[in-house]
Amino acid sequence: MNSNIVIAVLVSAIGFGTPLVLAGLGELLAERSGVLNLGVEGMMLMGAVTAFFVSQKTHGPTALVLLLAVLASMVAGSAMALIHAVLSITIRVNQIVSGLAVTIFAGIIGLSSYLGQVWNIGGVAGHHQFNGIDLFGLQNLPIVGPIIFSEDAFVYASWVLVLAVLYYLYRTRPGLYLRAVGENPAAADAMGINVTAYRYVHTLIGGALAGLGGAYFTLALAPIWTDGLTAGFGWIAIALVIFAFWRPDLLVLGAYLFGIFSALGPTLETRGITVLPSEFYSALPFLMTVIALAAASTSWANRRVGTPASLGIPYTREEG
Amino acid sequence: MTDSALDAGGDQAAQVAGPHQASGSSASAPGAMPGALAVQAVDMTKRFPGVVANDHVSFEAAEGEVHALLGENGAGKTTLCNLLMGLYRPDEGKLSISGRAVRFHSPKDAQDAGIFMVHQHLRLVDSMTVAENVVLGWSKPRRLRFSPRKVEKAVAEAAERFQMPVDPKARIWQLSLGERQRVEILKALYRGAKILILDEPTTVLTPQEAEQLFSSVRDMAADGRTVIFISHKLPEVLAVADRVTILRQGRSITTVPTAGTDAEHLAGLMVGREVSLEATAKGSEEPGPVVLELAGVSARGDLGTEALKTVTFDVRAGEILGIAGVAGNGQRELAEVITGLRGTTAGEIRIGGTRLPMGDPRAAIDLGIAYVPEDRMGTGISPNLSIAENLMLKSYRGKTMRSGPVLSNRKANANAREMIKRFDVRAPGPRTLVRQLSGGNIQKVLLARELSSEPRVVVAASPTRGLDVGATQYVRQVLVETAQHGVAVLMVSEDLDEIFELSDRIAVFYNGKVVGIVPAAGANRQQIGLMMAGAA
Ligand SMILES: Nc1ncnc2c1ncn2[C@@H]1O[C@H](COP(=O)(O)OP(=O)(O)O)[C@@H](O)[C@H]1O
Ligand SMILES: [Mg+2]
Repeated sequence: MNSNIVIAVLVSAIGFGTPLVLAGLGELLAERSGVLNLGVEGMMLMGAVTAFFVSQKTHGPTALVLLLAVLASMVAGSAMALIHAVLSITIRVNQIVSGLAVTIFAGIIGLSSYLGQVWNIGGVAGHHQFNGIDLFGLQNLPIVGPIIFSEDAFVYASWVLVLAVLYYLYRTRPGLYLRAVGENPAAADAMGINVTAYRYVHTLIGGALAGLGGAYFTLALAPIWTDGLTAGFGWIAIALVIFAFWRPDLLVLGAYLFGIFSALGPTLETRGITVLPSEFYSALPFLMTVIALAAASTSWANRRVGTPASLGIPYTREEG
Repeated sequence: MTDSALDAGGDQAAQVAGPHQASGSSASAPGAMPGALAVQAVDMTKRFPGVVANDHVSFEAAEGEVHALLGENGAGKTTLCNLLMGLYRPDEGKLSISGRAVRFHSPKDAQDAGIFMVHQHLRLVDSMTVAENVVLGWSKPRRLRFSPRKVEKAVAEAAERFQMPVDPKARIWQLSLGERQRVEILKALYRGAKILILDEPTTVLTPQEAEQLFSSVRDMAADGRTVIFISHKLPEVLAVADRVTILRQGRSITTVPTAGTDAEHLAGLMVGREVSLEATAKGSEEPGPVVLELAGVSARGDLGTEALKTVTFDVRAGEILGIAGVAGNGQRELAEVITGLRGTTAGEIRIGGTRLPMGDPRAAIDLGIAYVPEDRMGTGISPNLSIAENLMLKSYRGKTMRSGPVLSNRKANANAREMIKRFDVRAPGPRTLVRQLSGGNIQKVLLARELSSEPRVVVAASPTRGLDVGATQYVRQVLVETAQHGVAVLMVSEDLDEIFELSDRIAVFYNGKVVGIVPAAGANRQQIGLMMAGAA
């Protein structure tokens, strides 16, 4: 393997990793508040289809169209998250059931497919797309130039977002309260923190970020809408959060690692290198997901401080 | 205080005081505190489906007073506090703080009025530091930024000022239960608590830690704060409180100054009839041969850490060995290891010389081990089955419950009727569901099942926790009689009085190890307390 291939894989890995970073951060915030959201895949698809619709049907300068499309994807994602929030926080439906219901409702052969059909946007190339930016004019540096300094605005935004979430979680009061809500809602409640509000807000933000992750597919990765195009990335994002012990810094590393696995197959294929059948490469990220989840659920991992202690448990004050 | 929390000015407080004085509290009673009224609760009522937890409860406490709320388990003490804290909304009743009528909608309202509570089950975030817990939800002046270093410094200063020594950087899970409680109190003082409610604060403490707590409580009162001290233990109420309000079955019975009353009198008020606090008579026969033997037993806890560390002791026939220790020092794991519910990592357990296979509860039962677990509703009893069904859970394989290959309802019912009589279970009949019984009667059903199998060893974990005075005495009596019949009894209890009352020998657990084994006769409470704290 020569260095060109390595660079190509890494560039492509950042492409595949970015929706994982976005959706993963969203899931991380929701889980930190104690809400497990298995609706990510559905929310991503809704984000993808709405973003593409807006980008196709709006006319105006590219920057404005893309901005509107991005906003629309976030609204679509959080609308789905609102369903999950009402079901699991207010009505206290089992969070797994509620999240799965959202994915089934919004996902492939669900609402997103239906919208793709009635809006009639399937199978045509997009008019607008996020392009690489020559950041600080360093695009032509060897190796790091193509990998780091020529990404699109989406990627840079995701990096800023990672730093913002890190700062939020560990250096702000609301971040501290959020962690408390996820660890021990009764303690947070007794200290006058509004548990329900924290859970709603972070579940909705999680949905918005999942929608954004979906928009990355149709606005940057490959501007086209096909049914179910997120291809399980929502599930990988959920696994990543566990894999990363609920830490944003580890989440980014994990996302790009999965990006590499996803990038390997296509990159090698376009260069006509066939060491293993292409099915193996497409299965690789999911194989890694299974291994990661199995490893994370061992008692060794359980002992690590990480899992929000109230994750998946609805909160009630136990008043009769 | 928010506007909504304040309904009226001070004039109302004067009005509501009058007619309810009859219910016991009286500002003119001897020993009443001179300070201004801090808390006045009048006719507080809270109903839950099927139970009136607080039925027109009234009491008042002055500034600088330590006021005890005394009552048996289920008397409604915790519910009353939750009403004071705004965690529950009262169905009826009025509450005034410092002479102003208030209505709290959330704990935040109560805290804004200066009322703080240390819950029975501490409300701390285990994975966070002491400092983070102390400032949780509290930012004065309001800030968005959170700087761990600054917060740690502020909390260290507060710890110094209020004489609550604790390391602000330590994570809660690293602390002993006594230290955690100190964090809770510090949290309240840091936020400027004027009224502090302590709900059964001594359950998790060693005797020395309890002494320390009492002296902090007295200091707080001397500073002009009001402490509401909740307990079902008479001696500590007498030791720490100025006045005590007795709750029974959701009602406030009376308020009396502690000077000029005694334990017998308070116990009578608490239970509603004359009680003698005489200790259960212990047999003093020579113990028989060794029945239960542990040799170098180690085991892991739920989190995978070592919970038992080379534990070695034996229990003889006819003997009660009391296991003393602060909760969480390996007692639960010990009971589970002996009953086969938990595997060991080293060592050997022998019953009458036969080696107990590791982690095999069936084998433990067959070797004659009976188990009265700490968590009786979860591990001990199946609440949705009837008394008869629960009684045969261990003996369904035996001939007594069968007609041929099928279980016989007739035999099971007959057996249950006999047990109900023998163990004085207050229940309509054998088909009554266990969850409909009171705590004391559930424990009797459990004892009936375990003891009727004619065990050689009885492992009883906190056998009287949560029971009323009558049931407690009954259970203790049964344990003593069981030992007198030549059974080896191992009793785990966090209640030192119980340990001293029943045990022939006392083994003290600290940090998964046996710190020492002493004969109960002539054992020194102070010494045991120090051992429980790992200091001796
Ligand atoms: N949230 C609740 N729902 C229903 N019943 C309750 C609730 N909390 C307490 N109770 C009932 O109210 C009574 C008083 O309980 P509690 O205040 O906890 O007593 P104490 O603290 O004195 O032991 C008990 O019968 C208890 O079962
Ligand atoms: Mg209570």
